[in-house]
Amino acid sequence: MRKRSKNFELYSGGTPSLRGTLAKIFILGIVDAGVGFVLMILFGKQKYGFAIFFAVVALIVNWIYLRRGGLPAKYLTPGVLLLLAFQVYVVVYSGYISFTNYGSFHNGSYTEALDAIQQAAVEPIEGATEYEIKVSKASDGALQFVAFDANTKKIYIGGENYAKHPWRELTSADGLVTNADGYPESITGQTFLTDSQVNDLASTITKIKIPLGPNLDTDGFIATADAFYAQQNRFSYIYDEKNRVMTRLSDNKKFIADDKVGFFKNKDDGELLSEIGWQVRVGWKNFQKIFGDKELRGPLTGIILWTILFAFGSVLSTFILGLALALVFNDQRIRGLKIYRSIFILPYAFPAFLSAYVWKGMLNTQNGFINNTILGFMGDHKIQWFEQQGAARAAVLLVNLWLGFPYMFLICTGALQAIPNDLTEAASIDGASSWKIIRLIKLPLLLVSLAPLLIASFAYNFNNFGAIYLLTGGGPFLDQTLKVTVGATDILITFVYRIAFSGSIGADYGLASAFSVLIFLLIGSISFFSFKRTRGLEELTQ
Amino acid sequence: MTTLTVKHPKAKRGGFIRWFLQVGWKHLVALFVIVFSTFPLVYILSTSLTKMGNIENFTLFRQFYLGNYKDLLTSTDYPFVIWMKNTLILAGATAVISVFISALAAFAFSRLRFKGRRPGLLALILIQMFPSILGLTAVFGILSKLTDYVPAIGLGTKAGLILVYLGGSLGGGTYLMYGFFNTIPKELDEAAKIDGATHTQIYFKIILRLVAPVLAVMALLSFIGTFGDYVLASIVFNTNKQYTVAVGLQSLLADPWTKNWAMFAAGAVMSSLPIVIIFVSLQKYITNGLTGGAVKG
Repeated sequence: MRKRSKNFELYSGGTPSLRGTLAKIFILGIVDAGVGFVLMILFGKQKYGFAIFFAVVALIVNWIYLRRGGLPAKYLTPGVLLLLAFQVYVVVYSGYISFTNYGSFHNGSYTEALDAIQQAAVEPIEGATEYEIKVSKASDGALQFVAFDANTKKIYIGGENYAKHPWRELTSADGLVTNADGYPESITGQTFLTDSQVNDLASTITKIKIPLGPNLDTDGFIATADAFYAQQNRFSYIYDEKNRVMTRLSDNKKFIADDKVGFFKNKDDGELLSEIGWQVRVGWKNFQKIFGDKELRGPLTGIILWTILFAFGSVLSTFILGLALALVFNDQRIRGLKIYRSIFILPYAFPAFLSAYVWKGMLNTQNGFINNTILGFMGDHKIQWFEQQGAARAAVLLVNLWLGFPYMFLICTGALQAIPNDLTEAASIDGASSWKIIRLIKLPLLLVSLAPLLIASFAYNFNNFGAIYLLTGGGPFLDQTLKVTVGATDILITFVYRIAFSGSIGADYGLASAFSVLIFLLIGSISFFSFKRTRGLEELTQ
Repeated sequence: MTTLTVKHPKAKRGGFIRWFLQVGWKHLVALFVIVFSTFPLVYILSTSLTKMGNIENFTLFRQFYLGNYKDLLTSTDYPFVIWMKNTLILAGATAVISVFISALAAFAFSRLRFKGRRPGLLALILIQMFPSILGLTAVFGILSKLTDYVPAIGLGTKAGLILVYLGGSLGGGTYLMYGFFNTIPKELDEAAKIDGATHTQIYFKIILRLVAPVLAVMALLSFIGTFGDYVLASIVFNTNKQYTVAVGLQSLLADPWTKNWAMFAAGAVMSSLPIVIIFVSLQKYITNGLTGGAVKG
C-alpha cells in the first residue's frame, strides 16, 4: 500500500502551466464541438438510441478529463476507446457471428429475405399479353409505362405512384397522338425518356410493378425486364403473413418459415423454397461442423499440420540464419561492418507486399528470372514453383526466409551486444574456446531474452496471411474432388479467408467466424502460457 | 572472391592467413549474404528499366529505359502520383496519431499503478492475436453504419480508414513502448517532480524527449505496416483516384498479370525508395523499436 500512495504522489501535484491548461481546454472544446455536430446529424436522422449512447460516452470522456485525479484514465482513454471500437468489438462481433448462419445465403433479416425472394420469383401469367413499351415521365415526376399491344393496337398507361396512375387504357381524350402504325407519338402531360435516360434509370424501371387489381399477389402486375417489353406477371409465390407460409402457385406446395435453419421449408419432404434465407442463431452448429464434418476433417488436418510446419519452419530458418549472421558479424574488426549491416536488412526495409509480388514474378515457371537465369543451368528441367506441392511449399518458405531473416539478425545482434563483456572475457581467460563461449554463455542468455520475441514470431507466422495469399493464393489446387477448395500451400487463415469471402459455394461468415474464434483461442493460449513460462525463466536467471 | 587471389608479400603471408581465418572469411560470407538479400531488389530495379515491359527479363541491366517511370507518372489509368499522395496521408496520419496515443497509454502502464494494470497489459497482447483479416466483415459493418450516420468517416473516406488502422495498431504499439518506457529510470521523474513538474510536464518534456528516436522508429514501422495494407484499403476505396499505392500497384498487375510488369517495377522502386532510405538511416534505433527495449541495439 505504501508503494501505491508514493506512486500517486509522484505524478500528482505540481503547478499546471497556463499553456497546458489552455491546451487541454482547447482540445476538449474541439472534441465536444465534433460530438455536438455528430449528435445533430444523429438526431436529424432520428437515430435516438445511437445518439444517446454516443452522448453518454462523450460525457464520460469529459468527466475523465475535467475532474481532478484519476490520472491513469486520462492517459488511457484515447487508446481504449479506439481499441474498443475497432478491436474488441470486432472480436465480440465475430464471436456472435460464429453462432449464426450469416453468409451469402443468409445475409439479412427475415423481411429482407422475404423481399428478395419475391423480387426474384416473378413469372408471366398464362396467356398474358406482351406489350411494347416506352417509358415516360408524368408531370409529377412519376415514371410511367406507355404500353402498345400490337394485336389489338390498344394503348395503355400506368406506373409509379399507381394510386394516382393506375393501369388504364389511353384514349384520344388524353391527348394521345399515334403514328400510321398505331404507335404512341405523344401524350399530354407525359415526356418520353431518351434512350440514355432509360439506361441511367434501368434499375428503377425494372423494379416497377403496376398492379392489375386490388391484390398484387393474386391479380398480378405489369413489369418489364428490359424497358422495351412489358408483360402481365404475377409472383410465383403467395405469402401468408399471419402464418409465415409461402405457397407456390404452380403446384400449391406450402413452405413454412423455419427459424431453425433460416429458410422457407416444406414440412413433408424438406424442399427449400429458395436458397435465399435469413440470418438465425444456430447454436454450436458451426463448431460441430469444424470438428465433426467428415469431408472437412481430412483436408483440415493436412492444413493444420502444414500451418504448424510453416510457422515453425519460418521461425526456425529465419532465426538460425539471423543468429548465425549476428554471431559472425558481431565483430568490430570487420571493415565496412556498418555497410554490410545496412545491406543485410534491405529485405526488411523493402515493403513486404511488394517483395511478395517481386518473388512471384521471379518464380514464374516459364518466364521467371529464377528458372531462366539463376537455375538456367538446369535447361528445360524447370522447377514448377507454383504447380507442385513440394516446390510451392519450398518457395513459400524460401520467400519467408528472405523476408524474415533481417528481423532476426537485428534482434540477435541487439541481444548479443547486451551481453556484458566481462562474462565472455572471464570465460576466455579460463581457457574456453570461442565456440564454447557461444554455446555455453551466449546462446542461453540470448534465448532467455529472445524467447518472447520468438513466440510472437511464431504467432505472427501462424496467421501470416500476406505471405501465402500474395505469393500463391494458397494454391496450387491439386485435388479437385474435394467439396471445399483446399490448396497445397493453404495455411489455416488463407483457407478460412476463402470460406468467408470467396467460397465456391457462397460465403459462410458463420463458419469462418467459428474458425477465427478457434484460431484466436489456440494462438492466444499458446502465447499466454509461453509468455508465462519465459517470464519465469527470466526471473530465475536474473 | 577477390580477397583470395590478392598477392601478398611472402613475409606477410602468415599474417594474411591468420587475418583470413579470423576476419577475412567473414567478408566472403558477407558477399554471399549481400547477393541473397539484394538480388530480388536488383532484379526489380533492372526490370523497371526494360523496354519490353513484360516479365521476360533474364539478363540484368541490359537496357536503361526510363519510359516506364514516365508512363507511370503521367498515366491517367494508373494515377501513381495520386496513389502516393493518398498513401502518404493515410500512412502518415496513422503513424503519427498511433504513436502518440500508444505512448500515452504506455506511460500509464509503465509509470502509474492502478487496478487492472496487469490484466490490461495481458489483454493488450492477447487482443492482437485475433486474426484481424477475418474481422473484415465486422469492420465493413462498422464503416457502413458510419456511412449512414456520419458520412465524413464512413466508407470511401480516409478518416474512416485511419480510425480502423489506429484501432489495429494500438495494442502492439503500446506494448512495445511500455517495455521501452520501463528502461528509463524513474529517478528522472522523481528529480523533475522535486523541481515542481506536473505529470504532463514529466511526460512531454522528459520521457517523450528521451524516447524520441524510438518514437520515430515506431512511427516508421507503423507507416510501413499501413503502406503494405491492401485488403482493408481495397474494400474501403473503389475508384482508382482513391487507391493507395498497394491497391493501385495490385490493380496494375490485375489483368494478365505480367503485362504491366515493368511499370509495376517502376512503381515498386519509386514507392519503396524513400522508405528504404529512412529505414536504413534509422538502423541504429530500429532494434530498440522492434523489441521495446527488451533487447538493446
